[in-house]
Amino acid sequence: MKIADDQPSPLSALDRPNSYIGRSVPRPNLARLTQGRGQYVSDLVLPRMAHVAFLRSPHAYARIKAIDTAQARRAPGVIAIVTGAELAKVITPWVGVLTHLKGLKSAPQHAIAVDRACWQGEAVCAVVARTRADAEDACALIAVDYEALAAVTDAETALDPATPVIHPELGDNLAFERALTAGDPDQGFADADAIAETTFVFGRHTGVTNEPRAIVADWNPGEQRLTVYQGTQAPHMMQNLFAKHLGLEEHQVRVLTKDVGGSFGIKVHVYADEMATAALAKLLRRPVKFVADRLESFSTDIHARDHRVKARIGVKRDGTITAFEIDDLTGVGPYSVYPRTSGIEANQVVNLVGGPYSCPNYRARARVVFQNKNVMCQYRAVGHPIATAVTEGLVELAAAKIGMDPVELRRRNLFADDGYPATGASGIKFEKLSHHAALDKILAMMDYAKLRAEQAALRARGIYRGIGLASFIEVTNPSAAFYGVGGARISSQDGATVRLDSTGALFVHSGVTEQGQGTESVLAQCVATSFGVPIERVRVVTGDTDNTPYGGGTWASRAAGIGGEAAWQAGKALRGNVLAAAASILQADPKALDIRAGSVVDVDTGRERLPLEEVARIVYFRPDTLPPGFQAEFGVTRHYVPRGWPFAFTNGVQGSSLEVDVETGEVKLLRHWCIEDCGTLINPQLVDEQIRGGIVQGIGGALYEHCVYDESGQLLNASMMDYLVPMAAEMPDIDVGHVVTPTADSELGAKGAGEAGTAGAPACVMNAINNALRPLGAAPLVEMPITPERVLRALRRV
Amino acid sequence: MDARTLDISLRVNGEDVFARVEARQTLVDFLRENLSLTGTHIGCEHGVCGACTVRLDSEVVRGCLVLAVQCDGAEVETIEGLSDSGAIADLQTAFQRRNALQCGYCTPGMLIGAQALLAGGGVPTRQTIREHLSANYCRCTGYQAIVDAIESVARARAGVKG
Repeated sequence: MKIADDQPSPLSALDRPNSYIGRSVPRPNLARLTQGRGQYVSDLVLPRMAHVAFLRSPHAYARIKAIDTAQARRAPGVIAIVTGAELAKVITPWVGVLTHLKGLKSAPQHAIAVDRACWQGEAVCAVVARTRADAEDACALIAVDYEALAAVTDAETALDPATPVIHPELGDNLAFERALTAGDPDQGFADADAIAETTFVFGRHTGVTNEPRAIVADWNPGEQRLTVYQGTQAPHMMQNLFAKHLGLEEHQVRVLTKDVGGSFGIKVHVYADEMATAALAKLLRRPVKFVADRLESFSTDIHARDHRVKARIGVKRDGTITAFEIDDLTGVGPYSVYPRTSGIEANQVVNLVGGPYSCPNYRARARVVFQNKNVMCQYRAVGHPIATAVTEGLVELAAAKIGMDPVELRRRNLFADDGYPATGASGIKFEKLSHHAALDKILAMMDYAKLRAEQAALRARGIYRGIGLASFIEVTNPSAAFYGVGGARISSQDGATVRLDSTGALFVHSGVTEQGQGTESVLAQCVATSFGVPIERVRVVTGDTDNTPYGGGTWASRAAGIGGEAAWQAGKALRGNVLAAAASILQADPKALDIRAGSVVDVDTGRERLPLEEVARIVYFRPDTLPPGFQAEFGVTRHYVPRGWPFAFTNGVQGSSLEVDVETGEVKLLRHWCIEDCGTLINPQLVDEQIRGGIVQGIGGALYEHCVYDESGQLLNASMMDYLVPMAAEMPDIDVGHVVTPTADSELGAKGAGEAGTAGAPACVMNAINNALRPLGAAPLVEMPITPERVLRALRRV
Repeated sequence: MDARTLDISLRVNGEDVFARVEARQTLVDFLRENLSLTGTHIGCEHGVCGACTVRLDSEVVRGCLVLAVQCDGAEVETIEGLSDSGAIADLQTAFQRRNALQCGYCTPGMLIGAQALLAGGGVPTRQTIREHLSANYCRCTGYQAIVDAIESVARARAGVKG
């Protein structure tokens, strides 16, 4: 049993007396969440609240010829039945494009389908009723006359001339294409002694948040204001979009986000049914609630990772990688998702393949096509699991081909730890990474040599163990380069307001949100340290567009690195202001004073001069006693956005040890390791748990998770009985360690850590399985999820 | 009363409850909607995820697979009752110390499931804990912290050091 330790970190430039940076401070929300006192949107009830249920298309592609609602209108409890055409008078459609993804195109998407449904699960009619059960009953009484159309489902043939074009006005089914050539890939392959080549296939999967998407929208005609309670990662983004599409000013919309039952990127997008719920609230002038049921989650929560990547690598006999080449094809459903678009994942694959390695020769093409399946968009670690599996899969295939240990091959090609700043082949810029230090550290943690010896001994007894590694990089702390430059009103900066109350406690209001990752703890640690109070005296407020500084929210591993830095700076600025007041009261030099553990003290001796309560009492209740002209400012707002680098790249390496049962094809995960470098660790326990949770999510994609569609576009496994997720019994213990390379872009030096686990796990498990089966002459398994059936096929046992 | 509704009386967290419920209403919907006991969550509504786990006459059940009318005359305990009574206080503390929850949505069900395992006495192996927890889905933690927390409570209850 390991209880995360709570020791102050060794003194560094960041450390002030009683620093909380680097300590595993418990989260303030843990006690109430363990007592069932969470406040999730699905729990919320408002006066006059109605419930909406959506009738959804059973066809992947169909023309809606007529909707007969007569019988449903007479059903018990029904308040309103609204079709897409009717709702379109209240809410405008949207188009999910960004200008920096050149050529990306999409068609207008309505809140409820108008004239045609483009995937199985798209809402075609809404029923608002007193209860959700009444609304669902009435849905069953609506008769829709559909004309089923030929569905486009296979991404491979989506661009064939014979394939129907889903949006004829766009000309073809190609949403986005990117081609990149760097260095001289042809010469690179010509110089290679060996070329390894394969086609990786990644199964479509989805987030399966434990709490489904949930929203309560409340239009108050008296105030002309829309209040939206929503489980979202980006309240300010949603505020803007509700306003824009409902014809309101942004200040007429308030978005509130309390507890969110899991996000992982699922809850950072615009969903048609949630926009419809807001429009219905406006139409009906009362609160309307929508909570997706599990079937709706599987068929309408964004999917991700449906990629087919033809890839090859050139390598010299001495282990030097001479070139990488990929051709990525992905089908993203009938629309590019608004407002972040469905071009980002493929774009990231192009950016990230080969990323850990200094080889300059690279050719990539990515094509994103429309199809009549549920939409795909950004989900935890966007593109990274694909790019890492392709890169690291190729590296281990190349190592096998030239008979070199894959660790040695990596050592010869990873960017040198002392060679930064550096630029990757795709043009991505690295401030400072630590690939070699991380690799050394994981080999020691795994006891790699012993594992290899054990593997050899067991093989002799017919037990097939595999050891796999995966070096990776991860995009974190994004600047405006991610979305803002493409025209999206998605903020890359974030802010924090810190206010001293009348008893000497602090309130922190932040634009980043708490999704369970521990944002509230991290913000409190930053402010308690930079200002100088015990952490118990810091209260954090997030998730309220009326009461927090404008910000981006939680995505792309930005909350701690960006929101934390804003909070750090705000606390520091407030300390200056409070010391100015204290100096005025004490008739001292402010530079001779500091705030420590909740008291104003002499900076040199630490001797207490005034408790904060006393400073606050004088400033708030007896300002008449302060010198004329002195005005205390006990509320401070600071904002932060990274400016030095477009992204703070992090790096790391994962290792997997597993055993394959060659009779059943079953993979038993024995142990998993991860060394990662997210710069300054503000709260080591929270970082480690992000890594562990992320790894298990990545393992899900590698071994179990798959949204299975048939040729007609029907989702065949939209239940938790049929869609497998990682459960406790199959998961290994995971050892996590760190190399610490702070970013110089911020004072804290923290980079993001939320997605590293998911980025590297699929590659590393795939490599371990192939390592186990290589002596049996199995064809390399390069199609995920790697199911027992696929293992047995590779072994030619079925 | 029409054919679609039935009257039931039961004890929930030690309090007597009388209610007229629709015959089709599940126990979890009854707890959440009629009694405002929102600590019991709904994840899948088909008995897989365990977010709706409650105790029914001391047995651990899925609130989504039991109808409210089946609970006539029964005793139901939810996370609210188990928290107020202090019955699982050590487990709750261990979950907090070990950060064995992130979003917290699965946590009430996890705690009730863990309590049932530990009620058997002794110190289960980590694999036994993992197998027992396979009735409950957690998307956030990767499970290890939960296993650690439960293991530490099992040891403490059994008087085992370390």
